[in-house]
Amino acid sequence: MTAGSPPTGTATASYAYGVTRGLDPAALGTVPGIGGARVRVVPAATDDGGGLQVLVGDVDPGEFSEHAVAEHREDLAWLGAIARAHHEVVATAGALGPVVPLALATVYLDDDRAAAAVAGRAATFAAVLDRVTGRSEWGVKAFARPRASPPAGTPASSGRDYLRARRSALRAGETAADDAARAGEQLHADLAGRAVAARRHRPQDAALSGRDETMVLNGAYLVADGDDGALRAALEAWSGDERISAELTGPWVPYSFTDPEPGDGSP
Amino acid sequence: MSAAGPEPRAVSLFGDREVALVDLLDRLLAGGVVLTGDITISLAGVDLVRVSLRALIVSITPVERPEPTVVTSRVDRPALGPGAHDDPDGGPAR
Repeated sequence: MTAGSPPTGTATASYAYGVTRGLDPAALGTVPGIGGARVRVVPAATDDGGGLQVLVGDVDPGEFSEHAVAEHREDLAWLGAIARAHHEVVATAGALGPVVPLALATVYLDDDRAAAAVAGRAATFAAVLDRVTGRSEWGVKAFARPRASPPAGTPASSGRDYLRARRSALRAGETAADDAARAGEQLHADLAGRAVAARRHRPQDAALSGRDETMVLNGAYLVADGDDGALRAALEAWSGDERISAELTGPWVPYSFTDPEPGDGSP
Repeated sequence: MSAAGPEPRAVSLFGDREVALVDLLDRLLAGGVVLTGDITISLAGVDLVRVSLRALIVSITPVERPEPTVVTSRVDRPALGPGAHDDPDGGPAR
């Protein structure tokens, strides 16, 4: 259709999922990548022989052309399929050793180009791998608890009474929202204090969370494997809070902690 | 949970079972090391709320409809009265 579409000479392109170190390709097994393609563990040659590897799989270059992605980027079915396959690959590798996930849809002409790109940033990848080794990401979402609405009271006998009641109800709602937001901050500080690093994602809109309650915290916490008990205990201590309710997800591969600098808990 | 039955809830397009996909996309769209690929594409700015609304629109559009018949024609209204003046072009007043 497009006159300027690339030549169809190249049958495949190489989608890069993540970077590992010292991963046994046999242990990775036959985890399917995007479109069911086999995933390869390709060594990224570096001067210091640091043993970096990049996980790659074939994709149809037509599906990942600039034009095609521009069309698909807001298509939930497409986005969801890519995300799930990407996740499956990095999570499988992450169960075997440290893995640094790459951003969604990082595509090269071939494996050599992918390996060269990773080798070119070898120091960064080595630092991030050091940082995430033996650690996992946990997610905590906190929602404002619905407040019992104030007693209806006697029906307003005048317009002025009505307005007064309405104003006071509005004020109570604002106070509750402020309280919940503050509790979200406190919960985040509490959890961040027990984590190696912490990060806040944007709270999810109700259309995404599927809940009427306002999300006040969408946090990610990097925690040493085996220390998640402390995180759970902290959450348990918050379970009686009347302002917010929280839920835990994870463990995740460290999607939110791919910067080489240690996080200090700030957003 | 109260025994009074399920509370009314906002509907997430991702559904209860699929909520994990939202959490996953949250992370995948905001995280991961960004390398410049050979094929320059970016999903970084994808707005999940837009994606979800779009999916909702697709899901409620009847499939049997051959094409969305967009009605742009004017509704023919009877003249409003003796004084109503008929603008043949239907355009704005000069």
